[in-house]
Formats: sequence, C-alpha cells, structure tokens
Amino acid sequence: MNFKLPAFPVFHRQALPNIWDVVALALIIGLFVAIGNGANGVALPLKALDTTPIDLDYTNLPYYAMRTTLRMFAALFFSFIFTFCYATLAAKSRRAELVLIPLLDVLQSVPVLGFLSFTVTFFLGLFPDSVLGAECAAVFAIFTSQAWNMAFSFYQSLTTVPRDLEEVARGFRLSAWQKFWRLETPFAMPGLIWNMMMSMSGGWFFIVASEAITVGDTSVKLPGVGSYIAVAIDQKNVHAIIAASLMMLVVILAYDQLLFRPVVAWAAKFKVELSAGQTVERSWVLSMFQKTRWLKIALSPIGWLGRQFARPRLQFMPDLKSVSISNPYLSRAFDIVFFVLLAAVAGYSVWQIYSFVSATLTLGDAWDAFALTFYTMLRVVILIFLATLLWVPVGVWIGLRPALAEKLQPAAQFLAAYPANILFPIFVIVILKFSLNPDIWLSLMIIFGTQWYIVFNVIAGASAFPNDLKEAAANFRIHGWSWWKNVMLPGVFPYYFTGALTASGGSWNAAIVAEYVKWGDDKVVAHGIGSYIAQATEAGNYPKIVLGVAVMSFVVILFNRLFWRPLFGLAERKLRLS
Amino acid sequence: MSSIAPLLEVKDVCQNYRKGSGEEGSLVLDHVSLNLSEGEIVGLLGRSGCGKSSLLRIVAGLISPSEGKVIYQGAPLHGAAEGISMVFQSFALFPWLTVLKNVELGLEALNVPEIEARKRALKAIDLIGLDGFESAYPKELSGGMRQRVGFARALVVNPNILLMDEPFSALDVLTAETLRTDLLDLWVEGRMPIKSILMVTHNIEEAVLMCDRIIILSSNPGRIASEIKVNLPHPRNRLDPVFRQLVDTIYARMTKRPEPKPQKEEGIPGLGLAMSLPRVSTNTLSGFLEAVAAEPFNGRADLPHVADELTMEIDELFPVAETLQLLRFAELEEGDIKLTDDGKRFAVLDTDQRKKLFGEHLMAYVPLAARIRHILDERPTHRAPSTRFREELEDYMSEEYAETTLRSVTNWGRYGELFAYDETSEVFSLEDPN
Repeated sequence: MNFKLPAFPVFHRQALPNIWDVVALALIIGLFVAIGNGANGVALPLKALDTTPIDLDYTNLPYYAMRTTLRMFAALFFSFIFTFCYATLAAKSRRAELVLIPLLDVLQSVPVLGFLSFTVTFFLGLFPDSVLGAECAAVFAIFTSQAWNMAFSFYQSLTTVPRDLEEVARGFRLSAWQKFWRLETPFAMPGLIWNMMMSMSGGWFFIVASEAITVGDTSVKLPGVGSYIAVAIDQKNVHAIIAASLMMLVVILAYDQLLFRPVVAWAAKFKVELSAGQTVERSWVLSMFQKTRWLKIALSPIGWLGRQFARPRLQFMPDLKSVSISNPYLSRAFDIVFFVLLAAVAGYSVWQIYSFVSATLTLGDAWDAFALTFYTMLRVVILIFLATLLWVPVGVWIGLRPALAEKLQPAAQFLAAYPANILFPIFVIVILKFSLNPDIWLSLMIIFGTQWYIVFNVIAGASAFPNDLKEAAANFRIHGWSWWKNVMLPGVFPYYFTGALTASGGSWNAAIVAEYVKWGDDKVVAHGIGSYIAQATEAGNYPKIVLGVAVMSFVVILFNRLFWRPLFGLAERKLRLS
Repeated sequence: MSSIAPLLEVKDVCQNYRKGSGEEGSLVLDHVSLNLSEGEIVGLLGRSGCGKSSLLRIVAGLISPSEGKVIYQGAPLHGAAEGISMVFQSFALFPWLTVLKNVELGLEALNVPEIEARKRALKAIDLIGLDGFESAYPKELSGGMRQRVGFARALVVNPNILLMDEPFSALDVLTAETLRTDLLDLWVEGRMPIKSILMVTHNIEEAVLMCDRIIILSSNPGRIASEIKVNLPHPRNRLDPVFRQLVDTIYARMTKRPEPKPQKEEGIPGLGLAMSLPRVSTNTLSGFLEAVAAEPFNGRADLPHVADELTMEIDELFPVAETLQLLRFAELEEGDIKLTDDGKRFAVLDTDQRKKLFGEHLMAYVPLAARIRHILDERPTHRAPSTRFREELEDYMSEEYAETTLRSVTNWGRYGELFAYDETSEVFSLEDPN
C-alpha cells in the first residue's frame, strides 16, 4: 500500500506508537486478564471444590494451566522475599550465619513431601472453609522446592562481593540500604536468576503432589494441571495424560520465552567481567520491549519509583560483623549465651522428634528406614553413573560441533525444565503390561528428568574447551583413550560436575515421586525411602513420615559432604581452565 | 606553602596483620606519621609489603589503624569521610551501571537531588574527557577510558583530598602517560576542586614526574625511610638532568641497607626463619645475573639503568635484586648492583652446575630452605607436610605472606634440587618421582 502520512514527519518518528507497542501491550493486558481470572477462584469457599470437581475435558486445560502457573509464581514471589531476608541476615550477622547456613543445608535435603504433610492441616485451619487455605498449602509446598537454593546462591554472592567495589561503596558512604540495592543485589543477580530457573523446574516436579493433596483423611484437589493429572490417573485416562503433558509443553515454552529468556538477557549486564562476553544472551521479548515507544514512556514511572526505592539512606541493618569486633569481651559473652541457647533448642528438638517417633515406632523401624534409604541411594548412584556413561561422550560429541551445539543446547535445557513425572503413568502402563520388576524399571524414572542437567552442562563444557588445547592434542596426535583421559575429560569435568550435582539433588527428590506410582487402582512400588515416605503420607502416619524424612535428610547431607564436596574441591583446584 | 594547619594528619599509625583467628599478627605499619597540606601532591613510594596500600586505606577511613589516629578537618577520622575520595588500581567500576550512573553513584549517597546530580555528573564527565561515553557500560571501554570514569567518579563529589592507589599501573605505558599528563594539566590549571592528592605508586619515575613530595617507605614493617622534596616546575621533563638525578637518589635510598635491629629471642625479625621471601622465578634470577654480567654492565650496574634496559618496574626489580643479595650472588649499594664472584661464576655455568651452585647458596643463606632440608634428612620417611612449615611461618607473618614465602622456597628448592614437593598431598619429600 502506498498512502501518505499526515504532515508531521518529525513527530511521527518520535512519538507515534509502533508495532512493538501494540504487541507488547497485548501481552501485558493478556497477563492482567489471566491474573484476574485465576485470582477469582482463590476466594471461593472450600465446598465449591466439591461442587465443581476436576473435569477432564480438554477445554478446561488452559484454565487449569493458568491456575497452576499463578501458584508457581506466587511461590516464586515468596521465595524471593525469603531469599532477601534469610540470606541477608546470614551474610550480615556472624551468629545468625552459624545457624542459618547449616539449617539451609538441612532444609535443602528434606524432601518436599515432608513439608507438605505437616503444613496442610495448619494452612487449612488458618482459613477454615475457604479455598485460600488449600491454596496456601499448595503454594507453600511449591515454595519449599524453590526457596532453599535461591537463598544459598544469594548468600554466597553476598559473601563474595569483590573487595574493590565494596571499598567504593564504603568510601562513598552508601548506606546499608543503598549498598544492598546498588552493589550486593546486582552482583548476586546472575546467580539468583539461574537458581530461580532451576527452582521453577523443581517446583513443576511436585505439582501433582502439591495440588492434589492427600494426607491421611484430608483430601483436596485444587483446580490445576496437577489435579488434572491426578484425576486422569485415577480414571486411567491415557488421553488426558497426553493432553496434560502437551499443555505443560506449551506452558513451559511460554514462560521460558516470555519470562526467563528476557530476564536472563537483561541480567547479563550484572556479570562482573572485564571484557564484553563472547556469548550474548538474546531474547526477542526483551528486544521488543526495548523497541516500544509509548509503552516505554508509560512504564517510565515504574523505573522512577524503583530508583526512589533504592535511594533513601536507611540504615536498616547495622553492620553486625563490625559491631561484634568492636567489643571483644561483650561479644564473647554474647557468644556463650547464644551457643548455650542454641544447644538447648537443638537438644530439645531432637528429644521431641525422638519421643514423637519412638512412641509408636521401634529401633527396627529406624533400621528399615536406613536400609530403604540405602536402596534409594544405590539407585541414584547407579543411575547417575549410567547417565554419565551415556551422556558424557554424546555431550562432548555435540559440544565439539558448534553448529549442532547451538541447536541442541536449548533443547536439553528445555528438557531439564520439563516435569518428567507427568509421563510416569505411561511408564507404569508399560511396566504393568509386561510385569516388569519395579525395583529396576521404576528406577529409570528417577533419572528420566534429571539426566538433562548432565547433558547440557557437558555440552557447554565441550563447547568452551580451549581451541589451542584442542590443536595441541591434534598436533601431538593424541588419540583414543589417551585423548579422553588426558585432554577432554579433565576439560569438561568442572562442567560435568555441576550437572551431576544438580542431577543428583533432583534424583533424590524424584525418587519420592518415582518409587511409588499409581495407575487407577494399580500400584507399582519399588523398595526405597521414597515409596516409604509417599506411602506414609498417604496413610497419614506421621511418626513414619518424620522418621523417613529425618533419615533421608541425614543420608543426603552425608552423601553430599562425603562424596560431592571432595569432588567439588578437586574440580575447583585442579581442573578449572582459566 | 602556607603554614596553616595541614589538611590531614596521620599520627603515629601502627597496623597489624589480622590473623584468621582474629588475634593480632606482625606489624605492617610501624609508627607512621605524615601530613598532607593544601596544594601538594604527595607520593607514597615503596615495594610490595611496605604497607603503602594499607596506609592509603587508613587515610581513606576504609580500615582503622591498630594504633594512632588520622586527623582530618580538626577531628579524628572514623570511617569513610566526606571530602576524601579514592581512585582504584582495578578501577572498581560497577559493571551493571553506565558511565553516567557510575559517576552519579557517589552523589546519590550524599542525597544530592537527581537533577543536580545529573548536571554535576555530566560536568565531571566533560572535565575528564569522557564526553560521548555517558551511556556506555564499563566493559565496552578500554582500560584508559575506564580509569577516566574512576577519576570522574572520584571528582564529582568535590573532594578535598584525592587518594590514588597505583591508578596507572594496570594501564599500558602509552595510556598511562596520557592519563598522567591530563591529570597534571587539570591540577596545574586548578580546574579540579581537589586541594591535595595522596598517591601510592611503585614507579619511581611516576613519583618524580607527579609529586611535590615523595615519602619512601621501608618494608617489613612499613616505616617512613625518607622524604624527598621535588621542586621542579610542571610540566616536568624526564630527560632533564635534575630529574634523572632525583630518580638516582631515590634508587639509592631505596636500596640502602637498613640499620641492624636489636636481637630478639627468636632471632632477628625480618631475617632467619621469619624472613618473608618474595615471589621471584629462578628464570628471572638467572636472566638478571646474565644481563648484569654481560656488556655493558660487566658485573656492576646502576639500578635505574638496568631497570630501563630490562624494562622492569621497581616492583619486579627490587625483589630480584634483593633475592640475589640474600643468596650472596650480588651486593646492593647506593643504587648500584654488583655481582659477587659466585654471581659472576653462575652466569657462565651450564644448567646442571647452576642448579648445584644455587642449591648450595640456598642451603647456606636461606634458613627456611635449610630447615626444610634438615627436617627431611632427619625423618626416617624423608617426608614432611607443608602445613608444618606454614604454621611456623604464620607466627611471624600474615597468612598471605606465609603462602608466598612457602611457594618461593618450594620453587627455589626444586630448582636447587634440595627437595621435592607434591602439590596434591602438600608434602615435601626428598625423592623425585621416578
């Protein structure tokens, strides 16, 4: 078409909305409508759930997906608040650090189901006869799968702020508040965002358990994809399962493209690096928003508010570390009081747990739990090993071919984010049909969702392998096993390690879901601590839940300390190529 | 200069290393006093380990001294003060802020209203020659441009005193010179709000080029060794004979042997086991010996001359020269280095003989090396963990220095074939891997 614009040429370049404004506005309004729609369902009375049960009609799926997604983001919101408070306190106060960090380590290893069974009754009691109580329980369960590693990452960043930047902040006498928003939070941003993405994946894994809550006699099914799947399993509806997994595909793709890509691309500027990075993170959504005209103007007050928020010279947290150094005697006295109190509280809790558990259970039960945890550990170790054997060579092969790596890397990352447990029922059908041994074949599901962490990390490692070392290896004609042993494996090890560590953590959690699977009335059970906890939760047997969770957490912490930590030291000391 | 009260006074400042456990370790700064008056640029010159950076941070209020005090504007300094700003060796720019935002940061802390802050920041950016880079991020800039941002950020808060921590040492020679000249022009023309500059440097020529007063610090612990006034008018010419003379004088003062200190029960601090050893590679030592033994020096050289010839800064030159002196391969005198007979012999030997000679000198003159060897000889297993020696060293010096010292002695010992060391198990032993 060839029509003439009105005669304000200067004006039209600057001030008219462009096509990006329209698209971006559509996205934003869509988001508001979605939130409004989803929020409507939250305030209903609890009975409404019984009158409108989960309906397997496919047309309901988008609404369910929306409810689930909103729940995920609500949990993410609380995770951020938790992270900012908890990690900051741990980083700023020496005494708090001594308690909070080991506590975080424990919390990280407690299976999500363990939190759920104890908080459901509490939240339901908090808002009696309202859906809100059940919603809170679900959001809290998701929160427990997200918050810990985010807090950990934030704490680690806060304690490793570069010294010179810290000195600038002090030299200019930025207040603690200003320093927090100007230096510490930006510095922590890349790590926090990466962990947020991991957290989201972790959260999806438990949507079924957290939406279709069954603890003892309490049974609630909140509208959402998780409940949809739970109902589909009850009714043995394979088509509904497939529909739900396709819906998940769309949802994950959408939040990856609409939220995470833009955020990652935006957060790239917070990386502390001396030269412009080689790989530039891109996001079409971010560049679209950056190209808008009217929207930018419309949104600028928000940016202004943000700046005002960071400006005040609040001294909301005195630097506790420096205070305690200033008076050593007083500080020593406080230390003693603090540790005595701490020991008393810890001793009391252990005694409480012991008396609660020992009221109904015997030492034999404890041994059972340990034995079952050992089985689960064996599963995790063997499967990580098998995944390593398979995926390290494949990952290296892909990583050394840049064109291929560029295409497959996002795919592997996507698969890692996909909650594999949605597909478990399909496994179960196969296992039931061929009467396979559940102890072996259910194990495969443990690694099904987590192996991708190994894949994409190894691909990244092989892609980043220095070219000169590759050339040197070729020049000296290093081939075969020697090439793997001396050249490539040490090169990708630090990356592999990161992947394997994540996969291991995820596998422990997956074990709870994977060792006890139902299909209608049929149950497939593998021997392990996961099925132990899952069954105890279903039966509402609290002493057994406590015992199972305690033993599993204990073993996971031990496993991390004795196995992964030494390996981490090795990777850091000897094999880091930089 | 006016005789009114100085801008800032450092009074009898001492600083100790703080060990990991919190108790106080050995001295870094030993009763240092100095004044900073209006209108002067003062240079703190010394090699690594003299505490010059610590002193600068004490003046900045970033760390507080173990003893003594800093008086600024008539009152003792507690924490960072308004009117004192600092330029960092590493630039220390916030990577997530643009040039403009980096410069505005200091004003935000002062609660300057946004509009005025913008105006002042743009003015500072203009002054320092960064026009057009306002919206760039630090990683898009070259080193020289980054340090300009560092200067603009320091100047925008209208400081009385500008502190500079080796501001040019991370830049290449050409960029550093341009930046120095630009800064001096602004200073001489009075276009900066600053009343005085205190700078730390390890570059003697830089000190003579820029400073009105140069304070030389001795190392371990840091003390004021001497003070030199530079009365040359700006711009100064590096080739001016008076300039060269000053450079030579400073070299001479910096190589002057310290007077012997009183004996303590554990031996002389700074010598014996407690001696902290610089990180110097045996290749550099050999190369240096060869260079001094050869034409045109023939075994005796003027240090500024060698530094020029080998393009070494004093931070590299002094550790090498001192290590050679310690090993009795050379002697230092009045800014000259003179090879001993063994030093001359070393220069002409082949590799195996060199290693042998080096080993002998190491045993004879470096007590720590002798001690490690002695213990390995004594033990039936001929093995000893390095932590054993590390802990011993940490009684005398900071963890950082103990680490460096141990690394140096390990490398020298390996070269002299006195002992072997296994990095993974951190164990010294007598046998080499077969």
